[in-house]
Amino acid sequence: MMLLAKTEMETETMPTDLERTDQSAQLSAQTHAPALPRPDREFVRFARHQRALHACMIVSFISLATTGLTLKFSYTGWAVTVSRLLGGFQTAGFIHRSAAVVMFGVFMTHLYNLYQQKKREHKSWWAMVFGADTMMFNRQDLDQFIGTMKWFLGKGPRPQYGRWSYWEKFDYFAVFWGIAVIGSTGLTLWFPVFFTRFLPGSFINVATIIHSDEALLATGFIFTVHFFNTHLRPEKFPMDTTIFTGHMPLAELKRDKPLEYEALVASGQLDAHLEEPQPEIVVRTIRAFAWIALSIGFCVVVWIIYAMLFAYR
Amino acid sequence: MAAWSGVWTAKRLAWAGLFLLLAGAGAAPAADTSKDDCLACHGDKSLTTMHAGRTISRFVDGKKFASSVHGSLSCTNCHADLEGKDLPHTAPLARVDCGTCHSDEFKQHSNSLHGKAIARGDSLAPHCVDCHGNHDILPVKDKNSAVAALKIPFLCGKCHREGTPVQMNRNIDQHNILENYSESIHGEAVLKKGLIVAATCVSCHTPHNILPHTDPNSSINRRNIAATCTKCHAQIEVVHRKTIKGELWEKEANNLPACIDCHQPHKIRNVFYSQGMADADCMRCHADANLKARDGRPMLVHVAEVAGSRHAKVACSQCHSEVNASRVRPCETITHPVECSKCHEEVGQQYQRSRHGQLQAAGDHNAPICKDCHGSHHILGKHDPESVSFPTNVPTLCGGCHREGQKAAVRYIGRQHEIIQHYTESIHGKGLMKSGLTVTATCTSCHTAHLILPRTDPDSTVNPKNVPATCGACHHGIQEQFVQSVHSALITKTDKPLPVCSDCHTAHSIRRTDEAGFKLDIMNTCGRCHGEIAKTYFETYHGKVSRLGYTNTAKCYDCHGSHDILRVADPRSHLSRANVVATCQKCHASATRRFAGYLTHATHHDPKKYPFLFWTFWGMTALLLSTFVFGGIHTLLWLPKALQMRRELRSEEAQAELDAERAHDAAGKDRDGDGNHAD
Repeated sequence: MMLLAKTEMETETMPTDLERTDQSAQLSAQTHAPALPRPDREFVRFARHQRALHACMIVSFISLATTGLTLKFSYTGWAVTVSRLLGGFQTAGFIHRSAAVVMFGVFMTHLYNLYQQKKREHKSWWAMVFGADTMMFNRQDLDQFIGTMKWFLGKGPRPQYGRWSYWEKFDYFAVFWGIAVIGSTGLTLWFPVFFTRFLPGSFINVATIIHSDEALLATGFIFTVHFFNTHLRPEKFPMDTTIFTGHMPLAELKRDKPLEYEALVASGQLDAHLEEPQPEIVVRTIRAFAWIALSIGFCVVVWIIYAMLFAYR
Repeated sequence: MAAWSGVWTAKRLAWAGLFLLLAGAGAAPAADTSKDDCLACHGDKSLTTMHAGRTISRFVDGKKFASSVHGSLSCTNCHADLEGKDLPHTAPLARVDCGTCHSDEFKQHSNSLHGKAIARGDSLAPHCVDCHGNHDILPVKDKNSAVAALKIPFLCGKCHREGTPVQMNRNIDQHNILENYSESIHGEAVLKKGLIVAATCVSCHTPHNILPHTDPNSSINRRNIAATCTKCHAQIEVVHRKTIKGELWEKEANNLPACIDCHQPHKIRNVFYSQGMADADCMRCHADANLKARDGRPMLVHVAEVAGSRHAKVACSQCHSEVNASRVRPCETITHPVECSKCHEEVGQQYQRSRHGQLQAAGDHNAPICKDCHGSHHILGKHDPESVSFPTNVPTLCGGCHREGQKAAVRYIGRQHEIIQHYTESIHGKGLMKSGLTVTATCTSCHTAHLILPRTDPDSTVNPKNVPATCGACHHGIQEQFVQSVHSALITKTDKPLPVCSDCHTAHSIRRTDEAGFKLDIMNTCGRCHGEIAKTYFETYHGKVSRLGYTNTAKCYDCHGSHDILRVADPRSHLSRANVVATCQKCHASATRRFAGYLTHATHHDPKKYPFLFWTFWGMTALLLSTFVFGGIHTLLWLPKALQMRRELRSEEAQAELDAERAHDAAGKDRDGDGNHAD
């Protein structure tokens, strides 16, 4: 969902972690038998703050979706039940607005991170947006999309994807679009008295339709297409924990992001991007959290289908 | 009037012809219809005519007529329609109008019970002639007069005694009138002792101005009865003051009993009655707990019950009025149940008009009579908390029959069910039963106590036409608003049914309007008539939030008003141009006129009325559909390839595991030799 233009492998954070592991390795080497080789070290794809932002995004997005859909589908018995479970309409409204604030916060934090990254790595915004490993769509994405279509139809090999595939970039910009459209109309609905100081009253009606349908689009897309692309596709089923742990098995990097792997090997920097796996308890907690998020998402999809197809008025 | 079908026989005609011949020979003026002319025919005792199939004697006794009060008058003075006619007359004569001379008496009679019955066409009603006779009327003072004092009881008794058509078929509360009178002190004096100054029927009822006792002008009305009695018993108050030791007369001077309270009409005895004494006669038997009627009903009367009741000062015989004190068992003459309407006249009339009364008259044994609701001997006033008719007890009382499964509810075919339960849970029921607020509406407040009519009856208090007034009896301010609103039949002229109070508030389950249930239901209630507009409301934020069960958002009445709903075009409406911003500001404190432009009933399904909403909706829908179609196809195409990748991956993994095991085994052997392979 919320994927950053480029990870910050060269920042202070990662080397610190690596230093620490090196120190502990040295310690264990001194006190115990000489250290064993560690072929199981994993590739670090996401930094800590990126994982944190994604987690915040999940919580706020699910909160917004469930509370908002109760209103959109208020004609279903489900909506009434969910609204009650969430503590009644007033509480649901409070949750919705609080989650909206969190999501705005996530968005602003991300913009700030982009600004920092630009200062650190690039000379200008232009260089960042159109340089290597950018989030922006470019010629390579078009080639890969066409290549993917050929692969789907059995007329070519699987394209060699780089750090960001075109569907990951699509997801990333969907969020930009969604935040702009849903956020602006949402603010109009939150403060109608203020906005009707300079907008006609019927604009509130228009904003309601846009907010509600765009939200339906975002919810439906994330909980079906994004879920499939990232978690449910058979080779990763039932989920891909990379965005939560930040780690990706090296074999997977080789298989899924061959261009990035080759670039790292060529520059000799691969080793600097490898790290010990997360402790078992962390992985288990992350899996539990992801399971909950996936389940809620799945339920919401079922609810939407039911409301749109069987109970629509 | 039936056709006069007099038939002259041949013999009579011959006689008449001869008479005319003789009269002509005697040179009597033919045009002067003197008494003799009339008596020439009517003096014949065998003169008869046929009237309505019966033979009627047309004989007039000339001598008696000559000695009657009208002896000096000519026939045509009364039979005015014969004036100037040729004799013999064939046509039937008109009824003599005594009022030509006796105008006062005639007027009184016309206004009396008898006169009104004649006007109604009651064939049993008496005309002048029925009491006074016709050609032989004697002065009232004459002892032979038909209306002489001594004859009056028999004259009135012709109709007013047991077994006559009048007594059986007309609604007369008193029974055994003549019999009781004849045994009373008045009757004895008149009939046995020939005391012509003793009271007869007409002394109390007047001869011509006979009115029901409920008429305030009647001589036997409660307020006039003392004046009627004191016409003869002039000093009676002095006598009573001595006799009754001044008790009641001094303590409750404002509540004097009428003569008849002690001396019952028609049964006035020459002994002094105290109330207790008469009751004591009854209690000789009715104090016995084992006393049973023939059908097994216990006949025990608890003196204490009566003494504590509203009728504490009413003697047994005032209600059980058919008792005859001269019998050993005075009650053996009782043939009718107690008739409460003798005293409670107005209530009685209401009851007869009511559904209960109509069913009772139709012989329905389930129909309640007075005592079914009020009890018999232990009747307490409706202000007594112990009374069954005290407001808090009324729902239980009515519920006895109208609770689901009971006899009234079983026969009921209307829409109202679980009446008592719904009422108990309603704002009225809670106010009355839980809070004990006795001014709260109970069954009788809306349905009345005695004039209970089905809602289809136009006179019913719960007929839709009358409901606003019925509710307005308490909710007066609301009624004033309502009658000015679009829902009032006074304002909106339409064939469609307009709502009244009960359509929105229901009849028996009326809820507090500030409770969530009412607030949430009101939109469906309005939607019963305003279906389309309610539907569009549910497409807006207000409607959606309401659907979720949230009350603190604008409902129909928050904008339109509740009882004072007016057309939007009306300047007084809450939604008129002048008022709409203030209406929005009730919830949205700093709302502006632009804010009021929000479409509270908007729909995106109407391209003509709301084109921008329609196209926004379809634009968004197109965006949604295209995105999902693209995403869906991408996903579906990916799926088989991804499955293939998964299979390959698994076999690679299995191979790798196998390799790793082998390597591990090899490494184990190596480690024994030269340590590990650190990198």
